[in-house]
Amino acid sequence: MRPRCRPDCSRRFNDTVIVRLTSLIGLLALWIIAAWIGNDPEVLPMPGALLGPFRAEVASGALPYHLAMTLIRVAWAFVLAMSVGLALGLVMGLSPRVDKWLDPWLVVFLNLPALVLIVLCYLWIGLNETAAIVAVTLNKIPNVTTIIREGARALDPDLRAMGQVYRMSRRSYLRHVILPQLAPFIAAAARSGVAVIWKIVLVAEFLGRSSGIGFQIHLYFQLFDVAHVLVYSLSFIAVMLAVEWLLLQPWERRARRWRRA
Amino acid sequence: MITVDVKSKRFGESEILRDIHFVVAAGETVALQGPSGIGKTTLLRLIAGIDGAFEGQIDRPDGLAMVFQEPTLLPWRSALQNITLVHPSLGEERARAALDRVGIGGKADLFPGQLSLGQQRRLALARAFAARPQALILDEPFVSLDPDLASEMIELARALIEEVRPATLFVTHSREEAASLSDRVLRLAGQPATLEAIAPG
Repeated sequence: MRPRCRPDCSRRFNDTVIVRLTSLIGLLALWIIAAWIGNDPEVLPMPGALLGPFRAEVASGALPYHLAMTLIRVAWAFVLAMSVGLALGLVMGLSPRVDKWLDPWLVVFLNLPALVLIVLCYLWIGLNETAAIVAVTLNKIPNVTTIIREGARALDPDLRAMGQVYRMSRRSYLRHVILPQLAPFIAAAARSGVAVIWKIVLVAEFLGRSSGIGFQIHLYFQLFDVAHVLVYSLSFIAVMLAVEWLLLQPWERRARRWRRA
Repeated sequence: MITVDVKSKRFGESEILRDIHFVVAAGETVALQGPSGIGKTTLLRLIAGIDGAFEGQIDRPDGLAMVFQEPTLLPWRSALQNITLVHPSLGEERARAALDRVGIGGKADLFPGQLSLGQQRRLALARAFAARPQALILDEPFVSLDPDLASEMIELARALIEEVRPATLFVTHSREEAASLSDRVLRLAGQPATLEAIAPG
């Protein structure tokens, strides 16, 4: 029997938190030094100088509104890209025939720059919400597909035989035999997914939406207002880190529970 | 009852099995022996319906169970769920009874990784017998166990077979296992492999 690791794990968890905080404080210190050396708040303001604009944007409701708009787009693109990528990756991983036919497409889409897809979607679909979400989704699907395909190729043939002999229903087999084996791959795809998607959403907003963090950054870029650009991007980074730490990582830990038991 | 009529089984160019005909009657236990690599596992996979690519005809009852060389459990589900998920119609109470019957009733909520190797084997047996199968296939189920544990498992398997009385076909290398469990022995030999002769039990 493997030793239980509860006390050890929680200590490791605390260590991780401390290291993370120290590392982030180091980044902040670097910023302060750079701002001090540069000595030009127009180019790089001190961190403290952002508090004023931040409060003003929150008070006016602009920051929460644009943040929500971007989050909604991220959520849509994330759910769509994960579902389509999961299905495609599973089919390609399980059927060498399908894989042979679709693999070249995958390579093309993997190497298509995000910008090209975004511009084409706006041109073909129009400057609207659908185009933005489709563009971001299409950007992310090949990535999810590649990761899930690896997982599907590694599925245990013995468990497959077991499911067949005992005539497990398709639904139950998918849920209790296949998905748990894919969980680490799904988690990897989800985490890299969120990170990539919100960056692409910002570009899509920058180019063709009139709301969202990307739109606000575009606006303040034209005004050459570094402080506001930083306020908007840092707020969104904070939200995405919270999603990563409060949603994705706990889910991953839960999915791995049986390994540590 | 299992009726086997395999005319030919090939992997690519090479023919592995040819002209294998036999019947395992209800309640009968038949051992399948032969040198390693001869195609015993291949034949079992045909009979179990895992591999459908062959010439011939195999009739097996719907209530079929199999015990594999490895326990082949779902490591991410509890011992109890390993039975209820595979036999959804069984219900939790009978699944618990099946665990009790093989002596791991107290381990229902543990993951397979938390069980000893012997307990995992017991769980695999419980899963096979829980739904009282009409046919049972065992593929060298105790091959990797030390002698003490192996004879313990053979004893348990024999008791369960006597209770449930399925048509049982099992592969083994050990004469002891064959002698203690089976009514008769089938031997695979040749290239491609076919049945040698039927030794009376």
